[in-house]
Amino acid sequence: MANVPENLHYSKDHEWVRVEGDTAVIGITDHAQDQLGDVVYVELPRAGDEFVANEAFGSVESVKAVSEIFTPVSGKIAEANDSLTDEPEKVNKDPYGDGWMIKIKMSSPGEVDSLLTAAEYEDFTKAENE
Amino acid sequence: MTAPALKLKSTPLNSIHRKLGGRMVEFGGWDMPVQYAAGTVEEHVRTRKHAGLFDVSHMGEVDVRGPDAVAFVNGLVSNDASKLVDEQAQYSALTTPEGTVIDDLLVYRFAEDHLLLVVNAGTTDKDWDWISSHRENENIELRNVSDNYCQIALQGPDALGILQKLTRLPLSEVKYYHFREGEVDGVPAIVSRTGYTGEDGFEVYASPDKAEQLWNRTLDAGNFGADDGVLPCGLAARNTLRLEAGMCLYGHEIDETTTLLEANLGWITKLNKRDFIGRDRLLAQKQEGIGRKLVGFEVTDRGIARDAQDVLIDGQRVGRVTSGSPAPFLKKNIGMAYVPVEFANEGRAIEIDVRGRMVAAQIVPLPFYKRPKQ
Repeated sequence: MANVPENLHYSKDHEWVRVEGDTAVIGITDHAQDQLGDVVYVELPRAGDEFVANEAFGSVESVKAVSEIFTPVSGKIAEANDSLTDEPEKVNKDPYGDGWMIKIKMSSPGEVDSLLTAAEYEDFTKAENE
Repeated sequence: MTAPALKLKSTPLNSIHRKLGGRMVEFGGWDMPVQYAAGTVEEHVRTRKHAGLFDVSHMGEVDVRGPDAVAFVNGLVSNDASKLVDEQAQYSALTTPEGTVIDDLLVYRFAEDHLLLVVNAGTTDKDWDWISSHRENENIELRNVSDNYCQIALQGPDALGILQKLTRLPLSEVKYYHFREGEVDGVPAIVSRTGYTGEDGFEVYASPDKAEQLWNRTLDAGNFGADDGVLPCGLAARNTLRLEAGMCLYGHEIDETTTLLEANLGWITKLNKRDFIGRDRLLAQKQEGIGRKLVGFEVTDRGIARDAQDVLIDGQRVGRVTSGSPAPFLKKNIGMAYVPVEFANEGRAIEIDVRGRMVAAQIVPLPFYKRPKQ
């Protein structure tokens, strides 16, 4: 069973969001990395790039496939996890920790409220697999 | 995901794949494992270093018997089936009148009046219709026997040692692209020294009701579970292994729009043998020269080329990627593509349009990977 930490917010595109003040740390969920398989390449934006909620900010690739990654919240990129360039496997090993992808300075922090809770996300992935 | 229109076919190993944590996908109308718990990278590398076990029971088989068996088949395929001896296999292709490819296949000769054609899963019905529609008054018996066989492939440097534990057949005496009939774990089987990974290895054909026994016994004999033991491998590893080995995949490098000569398959195109379908066009193309050619490339930038992406040279869109992927053993991003023949030289810089970003690559010799000589 995939790990779904309580203290995070989740999107239906299988991203997680951790709120730190007005900054959102974003990555992909344990369920998402498991579905992808071995991550071999991650493409991320640069600091300063701006995105609106639900826009693709990068991509993550396994041997077999490419998946776009979407930001659940709007704002400006404060930092991207450039260590994933050389160690993309961190996304598989530690999706909620070292495998984080971007930190975004939120322009509309209220967007977080419309995301799923851990329990809701678990129900969502169960329903999706049926 | 859209629901498939038809019920998927399953091999006799379907429930075993699920027990082993296989992630099941649709492939050519079949419900097949794309990878198991270990993951594609580990499955691929383990096959190169030790051994991998593949369920290829979805492949189709056509049995041809009778005094005219060789002559009939030789009129349909590009390689020269008359050169086969008993217990030998040959890579070949079914060709259209235009010299393009209906399917690639293996032709096995059991006797001068008995051949077995092993064809791709997704093209089995098409091939059967094509082959049976070309029957005239030859003295042959033609049967689609796809349901009579399971097939498992054991590939890698440890394959011979593992399989030898289960059979009295002298496997080291079986030459590459030859086969024997005998018993594996007491089960009547065809044991063929062939494969689709670029490694030494064997493909074992047997009755479908023995598939689970053969699969489980092979995993046991190969110490499945140990760090250097055999691993079950899914379709994703099968694809990356064949790509590193520079082998064509039907529907990607070859199909009914590509000729054998464009696909570097001149070595299975015997224009001097008696007539076969498409020979005239292939002969003409050989004399006139091909317009485009299949090449291998290595991505030199960051980025991964994928199937169907455009190839650019000097800013012009000149070709298309047929297969593009990370290469787990070589640890490079590689691919194959058709480019105009005037650009098809090794070392040429090309670009791949990776979802709108131009990624630099370079044409390199095929195959990307060649196994070390024993």
